[in-house]
Amino acid sequence: MYSEKVMEHFMHPHNVGEIENADGVGEVGNAKCGDIMKMYLKIDGEIITDVKFKTFGCGSAIASSSMATELIKGRTVKEAMELTNKAVADALDGLPPVKMHCSVLAEQAIKSALLDYSHKTGVKIEGLEDVDFDDEHLHDHADEE
Amino acid sequence: MNKMIYMDHSATTPVKKEVLEEMLPYFSEFYGNPSSVYALSNHSRLAIDKARERVAKAIGAKKTEIFFTGGGSEADNWALKGVAYKNKDKGNHIITTKIEHHAILHTCEYLEQQGFQVTYLDVDEYGMISLEELEKAITEKTILISIMFANNEIGTIQPVKEIGELAKKHGVLFHTDAVQAVGSLPIDVKEMNIDLLSMSAHKLYGPKGVGALYIRQGTKIDPLIAGGAQEKNKRAGTENTPGIVGLGKAIELAYEHLEENTTYLISLRERLIKGIKERIPYVRLNGHPEKRLPGNANFCFQFIEGEALLLSLDMVGIAGSSGSACTSGSLDPSHVLLAIGLPHEIAHGSLRLSLGTGNTEEEVDFAVEKLVGIVDRLRMMSPLYEKVQGGNK
Repeated sequence: MYSEKVMEHFMHPHNVGEIENADGVGEVGNAKCGDIMKMYLKIDGEIITDVKFKTFGCGSAIASSSMATELIKGRTVKEAMELTNKAVADALDGLPPVKMHCSVLAEQAIKSALLDYSHKTGVKIEGLEDVDFDDEHLHDHADEE
Repeated sequence: MNKMIYMDHSATTPVKKEVLEEMLPYFSEFYGNPSSVYALSNHSRLAIDKARERVAKAIGAKKTEIFFTGGGSEADNWALKGVAYKNKDKGNHIITTKIEHHAILHTCEYLEQQGFQVTYLDVDEYGMISLEELEKAITEKTILISIMFANNEIGTIQPVKEIGELAKKHGVLFHTDAVQAVGSLPIDVKEMNIDLLSMSAHKLYGPKGVGALYIRQGTKIDPLIAGGAQEKNKRAGTENTPGIVGLGKAIELAYEHLEENTTYLISLRERLIKGIKERIPYVRLNGHPEKRLPGNANFCFQFIEGEALLLSLDMVGIAGSSGSACTSGSLDPSHVLLAIGLPHEIAHGSLRLSLGTGNTEEEVDFAVEKLVGIVDRLRMMSPLYEKVQGGNK
C-alpha cells in the first residue's frame, strides 16, 4: 500500500528528536484524530541549520515528518515557507489518497514552528498570516485532493 | 525475513488440508448442478446433505433448519431484513448492540431508513451488555433481538443463554451473529433459545464465500435472494457445492477437537497477555479477562498509533490487526473500542492478535520480544510519550 520510500522513512526516519532551546517549535494535529506532529527548528539568520521532529501517528505521518525535515534542513526560511504538502508527498513517491492529510500536517507543522520563531524574535515572515492550522479543515481539505 | 507468523485468525483462517481434500472432487469431477435429475448431480446432492447434517449436529439444530449462504455477512443481512419484513405487521422495533459487526449495524441503519426503529444497547467496559437494560428495551413492538455471540475485535462473549431466555419470555425472536463463535465455543441453539444464528466457514479453517443461517423451525422470515427453489425456496442460487462441503468438514473438525483446541489457545493467549503486560508499560487489555474467545488478545498501547504498529510488525513477519482509524480509512477509531469507553487517543493505539491452532509458544514469545522493541521505538518518536517522560528527565 505504501511506496518503498515511505517504508524506508517510516522504518528509518531522519531527524527524530528534540532541539533544546529551539528557535521555533510547532505542534499540529490532535490525538483524537490519531496524529500529532511536533517540529523543532534551529535558525541562524536566514538559514534553518537544524530541524527535529516527534510524531504520534501512522506510518505515513512518520514518513511525511521525516521527509519534510529533510527537505528544509539547510534551506532558507523563505524556502521552507514555500514547501508544499504535495512536494513532501512527491518526494515520498506518493501517498495513498486517504493519507494525503499526513503530508498536509507536515507542511503545517513547519509553518507552525516558523510562526513560533516569528513570535519569539519579532522577525516578519511573509505568507504566515494566511496559514490555517485548523485540523478538521486539514482533513476535509485533504479529502478533496 | 523469517517465515510469516500469522496472528490474525479473527480476520480469516487458512483452509485445513483435510477440508480442502474433501472439497476438491466437487470442482471438476462431481460438478453437477444439485438441482438436475441425472446421476452426476446425485453426488452433489448427497454431499450437500451430509454437510447440512454436520453443521446441524455441531450447533444442536435439525438438518432442516440449516440454510447455506454466501458467507456470514449474507446470513446477517438475511436474518435482519428477512425477519423485519416478514414480521412488520407485528411490530417495527429491533434491539441490537453498539458493538456489532458492520454487517449488522449497517443493515440496521438501512432498516431504520425503511421505517424500522432500532435500539442500540450500550456495553460496559468489558464489552458486556446488561440483561436488565435489554429487558427494559423490549416493547410490544419489538420483533427481533440481534446480539452477537462473541465480539470480533475484543473477543467478549455475551450471556447468550440468558438473552435467549429473555427473548423467549417476551415472545421476541433472537438472532445471534456467531461468526466468531462457531468452531471456537460450544453452541446449542435449543438449549440457548436461539432462533437464528449466522456463521461463516472461513473463520473456522474452511473456505471463503460460504456460510449458513440457522433458522429455527417455524420462524417467519422472507427470503433475501429470490430466484430458484434452492434451500427450500428460501435462498436462491445454484449451491456452492465445494464451499458447502468445506464448511461441513471444517465445522465437524472444529467440534471434534474443540476441547483440546480451546485449552491450547487459552494457554497461548495467556502467555501472550502475560508477556506483554510484564514487559511493556502503559498497556491495557481490551475485552473481558475471562469471558473472551480462546484465541483473542486485544491491547491498547498508549502514546502510539495502531497502523504504525502493524507496519512495524509486518516488517518482522508478524500479521495482526488494529482498530485504529488509519486502518479503516475513516477518522474515527473502532466503534467497539469507543463503545467500551476508551478515549479516541487510546483507541488509536489498539492491536488485535488473534491466535490459531497453528501458532506456537515460540511464536508468541517472538511476538512479545519484537513488540517490546517496536513499541519502544514508536514511543521514542511520539510527542505524547515525551510529555509522560517529562517528569523523569
